[in-house]
Amino acid sequence: MKTMIDAFQKAMDRRGFLSAVIAAAGALAALLLAAPVVGFVLGPIVRREPKDWRAVGAVDDFDKGATVKVALEDAGAASWAGRTGRTAAWLRRSPDGTFTAFALDCTHLGCPVRWNARAELFMCPCHGGVYYADGRVAGGPPPRPLTRYPVRVHNGQVEIKTEPIPIT
Amino acid sequence: MRVVRAIGRWLEDRTGLGGVIGPLARHPVPPGARWSYIFGSATVIAFLLQMVTGAALATLYVPSAGQAYQSLQFISEHAMFGRILRGMHYFGASAMIVLMVIHLIRVFLFASYKFPREVNWLSGAVLMLLVLGLGFTGQLLRWDQNAIWSVVVGAEQAGRTPFIGDFMARLVLGGTNLGADTLTRFFTLHVFVLPGLVILLLSLHLYLVIRNGISEPPQAGRPVERATYRSWYRRMLDEHGVPFWPKAVWRDAVAMAIVVGVVLLLAWKVGPPPIGDPPDPSLVKAHPRPDWYFLFYFALLAIMPHALENYVIILGPLLVGVVLIALPFVAPDGERSLRRRPWAVATVVAMLTIVGALTMAGVHANWSPHFDEPVLPDAVVASDDHAVRDGARVFHDRACISCHRVAGYGGRRGPDLTTVGDRLTREQMTIRILNGGYNMPAYGSILEPGELDALLAFLQSRRHP
Repeated sequence: MKTMIDAFQKAMDRRGFLSAVIAAAGALAALLLAAPVVGFVLGPIVRREPKDWRAVGAVDDFDKGATVKVALEDAGAASWAGRTGRTAAWLRRSPDGTFTAFALDCTHLGCPVRWNARAELFMCPCHGGVYYADGRVAGGPPPRPLTRYPVRVHNGQVEIKTEPIPIT
Repeated sequence: MRVVRAIGRWLEDRTGLGGVIGPLARHPVPPGARWSYIFGSATVIAFLLQMVTGAALATLYVPSAGQAYQSLQFISEHAMFGRILRGMHYFGASAMIVLMVIHLIRVFLFASYKFPREVNWLSGAVLMLLVLGLGFTGQLLRWDQNAIWSVVVGAEQAGRTPFIGDFMARLVLGGTNLGADTLTRFFTLHVFVLPGLVILLLSLHLYLVIRNGISEPPQAGRPVERATYRSWYRRMLDEHGVPFWPKAVWRDAVAMAIVVGVVLLLAWKVGPPPIGDPPDPSLVKAHPRPDWYFLFYFALLAIMPHALENYVIILGPLLVGVVLIALPFVAPDGERSLRRRPWAVATVVAMLTIVGALTMAGVHANWSPHFDEPVLPDAVVASDDHAVRDGARVFHDRACISCHRVAGYGGRRGPDLTTVGDRLTREQMTIRILNGGYNMPAYGSILEPGELDALLAFLQSRRHP
């Protein structure tokens, strides 16, 4: 208790007070600077990305039982993103005619999986993850099935909803 | 000449810099600090090389997601000395990592981190983190297919952080997807933030080297004692110290010439790392691989037991950090000589062996399936039996060949099947093929009638000649 009182008295003498004022002024300046800078830098991260349905082709363009890659423009892509603003999905049309859209990203660490049509398997080039045609894990390190994107048929067109990169 | 001297005198009178730098340059250092002590300053030389070549490259590099690739192609193929400069920046980075690690090992083996040089060690540990950060962000600025998918892999790893994983992943991507913000953020880190922090920490590191003095080469039976070390060290310098300039620094000058010479030679003879396909997230042809100094981690992520993954990705780097921070506090005094610290030697040997072995595994990347294997040639199939020949085709078409090797063709993920007919019976093969295994898909629902029989005939025919 005594030491606290001592410390308080010391802080309240002329020089201690001046030091406290200087520190407070410095902290205030830092705070005033930090607010816009941190906000600016975090802007792209907290921003809500627009989502959009993208037409990828007419229903009849896709054979039953086939899986094909469809490219789509990312909804929030800036004009200076160039090709980097594109994205894609594996679109599967099952024998009964329904559509499923899978993310390219392996659920292990995000590398792009490739569809091997003859083997009916998705394979990942990075660490050897393998998936069946319906996205279930067939082997390797992936912890869960391939991520699915929302897909619908609208006015005869197959549409896929642009989604964030699945973080698994 | 007289004019020059007059200007020099005037400058000295107005700035007094000579009076500060002169004694600093001539400060005494321990007489035994010879060739094994050059790696710290050699790392600084490599860093300066990176600053100079990096600044030059930045005059042509366009940090825009849509144009970086083309500007880098221009630098590599058309810009005057562009190929050499890119090569120097690449090999300069490698040199910096290698020299830094040798410096770290030297400091650890000589126990130079002990009293009173604990903060030297800590600032060095932070510097190492920053340099690795520079290496990773630099690779991404190549901004080709490999780079953008490496960013995704980085984001996925950041995403494993408990509670704030999504936020961390977005921080890496610069949003929810790859795009315009991704490259510029890494560019800012690589060119402004990380080098600035390195300069700051390096200043502290070097100031501490001057303040605490270069650690003398250790001697068995002469332990560090906190009460007496400083006065003993000062006395030793007074009696035996040699002036840093020029008696010690000439070795650093030799090292500087070697570092710059070797980097230039490699840049000229080997050239910069190739730029891959353009950065297009809608294309799947990508083999994301980190540069050689991160291959060990790439390998670790592939071959460790899958269940341990989350712990290793998050706790692994944390543990390394804790060990680095704790070291000078756990062992602040006592023996420095290697003869009295066999565990230090064992630690270094073990670490080098582990990282070396993982790096080799990363180079071969046997776990990666082969996508473009040709059909097995007749000479390999070596049979007129229709079933065997059909089976060889199934082996190729159903992508068995992506992971299994037969007579030098195919991937290495699964066992080599060149002589599998000697090892497994038909029944054993059937069970394995239909049900799959730990890393193998179950082919029960994939193979069509007849294909299994053909495949079995082919595999049964694979025997020692």
